[in-house]
Amino acid sequence: MIYHEVLVVGGGLAGLRAAIEAHDAGCEVAVLSRVHPVRSHSVAAQGGVNAALGNHPDASDDNPERHAFDTVKGSDYLADQDAVEILTGEAPGRIYEMEHWGCPFSRTSDGKIAQRPFGGAGYPRCCYAADKTGHALLHTMFEQTLKRGLRIYEEWQVVSLAVADGRCHGVIALDMRTGKLEAVGAGAVVFGTGGAGRIYARSTNNIINTGSGMAIAYMAGVPLKDMEFIQFHPTSLFGNNVLMTEGARGEGGYLRNALGERFMEKYAPKAMELGPRDIVARAIQTEINEGRGFPGGYVQLDLTHLGAEKILERLPAIRDIAINFTGVDPIKEPIPIQPGQHYFMGGIDTDADGVTEVAGFYAAGECSCVSVHGANRLGGNSLLETIVFGRRAGLHASTYVKGEGGARAKAGSEKVLAKVMADTEKRVIWVLEADGPEDPAGLRDELRESMFRNVGLFREEKGMLEGLDKVRELRGRYPRIGIRNRGRRYNLDWARNLELEGMILVAEAIAAGALARKESRGSHFRTDYKERDDQNFLKHTIARLTDDGPRLEYRPVTITRWEPQARTY
Amino acid sequence: MSIEMKQRPEKIRLNVYRFDPEVDKAPRIDSFDVPWVDGMTVLDTLFYVLEKRDGSLAFRYSCREGICGACAMYINGSHRLACETQVARLLDEGHAEVRVMPLPHLPVIKDLVVDMTRFWENYEAIAPWIVTRSADPEKEHLQSPEDRKLVDEYVGCILCGSCFSSCPSVWTGKEYLGPNALMKTWRWVADTRDSAAEERLGLVGNERGAWRCHTVFNCVEACPKDINQTTAIQGLKRRTVGAMLRGSKALKAGRKALER
Ligand SMILES: Cc1cc2nc3c(=O)[nH]c(=O)nc-3n(C[C@H](O)[C@H](O)[C@H](O)COP(=O)(O)OP(=O)(O)OC[C@H]3O[C@@H](n4cnc5c(N)ncnc54)[C@H](O)[C@@H]3O)c2cc1C
Ligand code: FES
Repeated sequence: MIYHEVLVVGGGLAGLRAAIEAHDAGCEVAVLSRVHPVRSHSVAAQGGVNAALGNHPDASDDNPERHAFDTVKGSDYLADQDAVEILTGEAPGRIYEMEHWGCPFSRTSDGKIAQRPFGGAGYPRCCYAADKTGHALLHTMFEQTLKRGLRIYEEWQVVSLAVADGRCHGVIALDMRTGKLEAVGAGAVVFGTGGAGRIYARSTNNIINTGSGMAIAYMAGVPLKDMEFIQFHPTSLFGNNVLMTEGARGEGGYLRNALGERFMEKYAPKAMELGPRDIVARAIQTEINEGRGFPGGYVQLDLTHLGAEKILERLPAIRDIAINFTGVDPIKEPIPIQPGQHYFMGGIDTDADGVTEVAGFYAAGECSCVSVHGANRLGGNSLLETIVFGRRAGLHASTYVKGEGGARAKAGSEKVLAKVMADTEKRVIWVLEADGPEDPAGLRDELRESMFRNVGLFREEKGMLEGLDKVRELRGRYPRIGIRNRGRRYNLDWARNLELEGMILVAEAIAAGALARKESRGSHFRTDYKERDDQNFLKHTIARLTDDGPRLEYRPVTITRWEPQARTY
Repeated sequence: MSIEMKQRPEKIRLNVYRFDPEVDKAPRIDSFDVPWVDGMTVLDTLFYVLEKRDGSLAFRYSCREGICGACAMYINGSHRLACETQVARLLDEGHAEVRVMPLPHLPVIKDLVVDMTRFWENYEAIAPWIVTRSADPEKEHLQSPEDRKLVDEYVGCILCGSCFSSCPSVWTGKEYLGPNALMKTWRWVADTRDSAAEERLGLVGNERGAWRCHTVFNCVEACPKDINQTTAIQGLKRRTVGAMLRGSKALKAGRKALER
């Protein structure tokens, strides 16, 4: 049996940061990822990462406390404030560390890390590397894993988590190249498996963001938290929903409807285009729904007044993407955009050290919910989350394996893994041999469309009930799928449809949580309950998987110093 | 650059390379008719085949926006990213059909999925991480925007392997580090924060490295991110010669000095 002291699943920013920390703390570490680390979704992040460095002339009195307040307000007061203070307090240190590791940040004229304004933030504190910040950070992080010589299992897809008696013993993974299932034992397992955007139609996420890590944990008995909070980004490209970064508005871009109006003055008269994402996204959708959009359903992101020089220097990738996919050159013409699914505020229930209910099982990054984003994440806080909480999870995991989780766990894990392997094999082989009449690609499309329509930007009871019915119907149809390819090596048909079941289960947790939350808060906007209701819903939703679907529980929000106020921008 | 709006065919023929070295005696080309969708990319056509026609097709993908480097392939006679290549553009270039092959000169794992081991090993061999001799400052290292510009082109690399696959010196020289690893060496030599420039030159200023580049410019043509690897390699040669003439000790230390 393969065994590692600390096994990190995920080669994105959170996973690699956890691996580096565990290694530096003296543990033997391996990283396992379904794609080569630099292909992870983190590479696609564009706009930047927040830290109160005060490098911008307009931000000389910025500090972590102000950053924390903006984050809490942005979260519509659902974030745990103790965790937020950790996030913003550790931010400058983590950013300087990335710079010391060689990250090619853009620079101010006096040579410091450049910062730009971002939505919902009182100060320009979003550190950037042109509009390829995720790429710059992830490549730097990957360089540091190479420097440490960490073992990487590339193109291994985890399919189940081995848990017994409240303790994690490792994972079962499919090696894509051989098509073999392998048991990988570990003293501690850290998930940095990313988001689940592809459960939704019109997603800005990369194609592999199916939420399989969330689903695997959920199926192994680990609860999910605040799943109903889904961020829709205001500006995704009309047609294929590739992201047009908030940085485009941070640099001064305008939003205009078909009448040529800068309509944000109706919705956020002070912040205008730089209101928080939930508010700007709903404003755009309202313009479209009320007939002030362009045919097909979009509005325009206008950068033409910024001039060629600024666009070429600060937004080069945005320009390339717009030209490549729509033939529009933002220097000359406005870009057609519409809201798209973007980010999961919810995820695997963890604390600020990545600790879950299962001893030895940790999660960090987008797959986790600490919670620092509450009901609405501020742009630039999620890259930050990956490096702050990835590090903390790696550190805690290493302490755990050096203490109680170490040798003792190894002794028992072989048996547990053998049993989990037997169960997993049954399920996995069933999919490989599935020859029912249902087309899994069709099921996936139905799920995505229904979630976008029924549990999307605007929600109401009737639609959500339909959404829930749809999910349950798909759950019933899944056992009748058929797949076309029975070969084992690099079988995408198999690997993709293995995770379809998990996508359906996660969707059910989202819809159930949304239906039960009879209020509007952050990204969760109900047309039948338009107000925030702190009396009844200032609390986290915890979903546990049972045979009858999710069972919901609630947990109070931690408030340290910012009492909930009305949220105006 | 931009794609013209015009009448398109109802469907398009996709010819795609198929080979499973563990099963097949020889590679073959399979053809599929793919219904036209406006804005469709080559990656979209591969997904159409996977989901609707032949579930055994293997290819790599992730971001679908040209930044992760997973989907580099040889499409209608050029290195391209499948996700960034619109079928309409291929037609506008005069191609009647779409032809998709794996990255040339790399071992095939299955269909369009190639074995990039040598590419990654070479990348790792150049010590692609920052090396600093003095303690890190409390805050950031200062770097002027002009100095940052010196690396701008090179940090844009997405490690897709196109340049490596296109280079005749790579095909013939098993030891050769290749255009990517060399360009990445230059990325660190040019970075004002790095203090191991001459050791890096020592690492690549030899037959395994920069001298082996015969300025064929295939890499420059193949790069989907418009990076000029050849300029970077010429930079390495120039700087190496300078350091040699000065009798640089660091140059001789080379890789040893860059150990982790
Ligand atoms: C287009 C776009 C732009 C963004 N821009 C910004 C921005 O400017 N600022 C900001 O703060 N945030 C941004 N975000 C959000 C941010 O990029 C992500 O939340 C963050 O990068 C997630 O990082 P991660 O490490 O948690 O996961 P990822 O980077 O998604 O990595 C997940 C890893 O897990 C692996 N994995 C998943 N499932 C399995 C499995 N079953 N088995 C094995 N491996 C598995 C994958 O291979 C991958 O390596 C953006 C998001 C999008 C969609
Ligand atoms: S899928 Fe990422 S570059 Fe094409």
